[in-house]
Amino acid sequence: MFSLIRSMWLVFLHAFHKRDTYQYPEEKAPLPARWRGRIVLTRDPDGGERCVGCYLCAAACPVDCISLQAAEAPDGRRYPGFFRINFSRCIFCGFCEEACPTYAIQLIPDFEMAEYDRQNLVYEKDALLINSQGKYPGYNYYKVAGMSISGKEKGEAAREEPPVNVKSLLP
Amino acid sequence: MGAAFYIAAAIAILSTAMVITRYNIMHALLYLIVSLLSVAVIFYIYGAPFMAALEVIIYAGAIMVLMIFFVMMLNLGQQSAGDERHWLTPRVWIGPALLCLFLLAELVYLIMQPPAPPAGEIVMVDPKAVGKSLFGPYILAVELAGMLLMAGIVGAYHLGRQKKKITHRFLERATQ
Amino acid sequence: MNYWWIIGGVLFVLLNTAAGLIWLERRMLALWQDRYGPNRAGPFGLFIVLADTLKLFFKEDWIPPFADKVVFVFAPAIVVASVLMSFTVIPFGPNIMVADLNIGLLFFLAMSSLGVYSIVLGGWASNNKYALLGAMRGASQMISYEVFMGMALMGVVILSGSFNLREIVEAQRKIWFIVPQFLGFVIFLIAGIAETHRLPFDIPEAESELVAGFHSEYSGMKFGMFFIGEYLGVTLISAMLVTLYCGGWLGPDFLPGVVWFVLKTFVFISLFILLRASMPRPRYDQLMEYGWKVLFPLSLLNLMATAAIVLSLK
Repeated sequence: MFSLIRSMWLVFLHAFHKRDTYQYPEEKAPLPARWRGRIVLTRDPDGGERCVGCYLCAAACPVDCISLQAAEAPDGRRYPGFFRINFSRCIFCGFCEEACPTYAIQLIPDFEMAEYDRQNLVYEKDALLINSQGKYPGYNYYKVAGMSISGKEKGEAAREEPPVNVKSLLP
Repeated sequence: MGAAFYIAAAIAILSTAMVITRYNIMHALLYLIVSLLSVAVIFYIYGAPFMAALEVIIYAGAIMVLMIFFVMMLNLGQQSAGDERHWLTPRVWIGPALLCLFLLAELVYLIMQPPAPPAGEIVMVDPKAVGKSLFGPYILAVELAGMLLMAGIVGAYHLGRQKKKITHRFLERATQ
Repeated sequence: MNYWWIIGGVLFVLLNTAAGLIWLERRMLALWQDRYGPNRAGPFGLFIVLADTLKLFFKEDWIPPFADKVVFVFAPAIVVASVLMSFTVIPFGPNIMVADLNIGLLFFLAMSSLGVYSIVLGGWASNNKYALLGAMRGASQMISYEVFMGMALMGVVILSGSFNLREIVEAQRKIWFIVPQFLGFVIFLIAGIAETHRLPFDIPEAESELVAGFHSEYSGMKFGMFFIGEYLGVTLISAMLVTLYCGGWLGPDFLPGVVWFVLKTFVFISLFILLRASMPRPRYDQLMEYGWKVLFPLSLLNLMATAAIVLSLK
């Protein structure tokens, strides 16, 4: 009996506590930097697309909401011809981000993407590709992996080491 | 006063007739409640407000709820209504109906008798008077009713008593 | 003429109170749970009442094909009617009273016992397992708690020597009955919560186990009637607590009696909401056991002790 009255008193004291609510549209909730929200395609520091169209994100996606097609530029560099994410299916699990070898696909802390028309939730490449490096500033995949240019293979240029043979066990 | 009485009385008679003729037992019980309520109104009109309140509290409020409670648990639906219709052939009801008709005739005859001594003015019987007469001249009846209720309580306690379980219910079969 | 003004005024105030309680309850629950509650529409979110009412009116008024149609329709009306009838005997102020009944207290008990039918019939007519279970729980809960409710009230009747609520209030001029009848007050409060099946005793509804209990199948304004009936019930029990134990419209003279009555009633309504915010729901058998094994002997004891003391003082 006493414990009941005590719990009533404690609940009553909550009247004088600070409220936990964020008044949402006016006051945004602070989201952590690694919060998994809207998916974007990022660019490298030179302004080029990071995506190389390897399909790993589409393969990793558990709900198959990513579809893309790789194309090849004249300099032999691959890029996605089209890149389409169906956000009405996406579950924001972040597997695509983990699978991406070039840090191209990233999830950013933004969730305000409600639409009246369901079809508008299918984002094309022009909507996905942002003009930013996302969470990995200064990272350029081709600077790390090297790139063959016309006339020279990887590692044949001056002051360039040959590429690491990933299939060999030798150091 | 007169009009109120006749309306209440007409509702009482009508709803009682409906109680008898309904096939669906739940509807019959509902009409019975209406009948009890209209009788309570009549009590109130004729100066027995305490009786009226008790009629509503005890009969309409408690006993009928219990009746409905049991009917509800018995799951009587359309089928039992059909059964009822099937059973209620004239062969069954004609006997009691005839007997009741004789009683009604007798009642009508008694009412038709030359004027009864005029009933006095309506006297309000307030709760205090009811209490005084219950615990004064009728104390014996109250005590007897109390004993009856006591027997009921003891019986209910006996039926509702639970044996204390010592073993877990899953182990019961093993110990037997 | 004056009489009709009182009836109209009481009805107007009560129905608006019931509607306003939608807002009040949500705001106060939010306050105690460190939230804001409805605060968008209108000042302090007051127009939520309007929005809720409109929503209830324009929802599809659906009668399930498997239901008992007539009973299904009039079950929700019983609860509102019986609670509103109970209000007729409550003295809101020195002269503001719809019916100065000699048996006011008994009338209140009679009407509250009729209120059970709305739950029982609503649950039965829905022809649905959960509704039936809810109705059975509701019926047994309300019948058993009515017993202690009546028993607890008899202490007040012994002290004031009348069933008339106006005279009961007048008898509290010297001292409010909450002091000599504290046990009765507590029992009546608990029985009142169970009678209006408010949380923590909302066992007939019990969302987490019975969907919505006896009103699972109801929608639209028919559900709204149950809803309003519940809020009116809260107001009724609060008003009864004030009338019987806390001196009704009595109070210092700088405010009129009606204001005192409304203020006290508001305190008890807040208590009801606080109870909802702080208590978990007991199990059904715990509730019945608590009622019959604790409250019932206590109320008998209270009755006997009061009678003995009153007799010995005479």
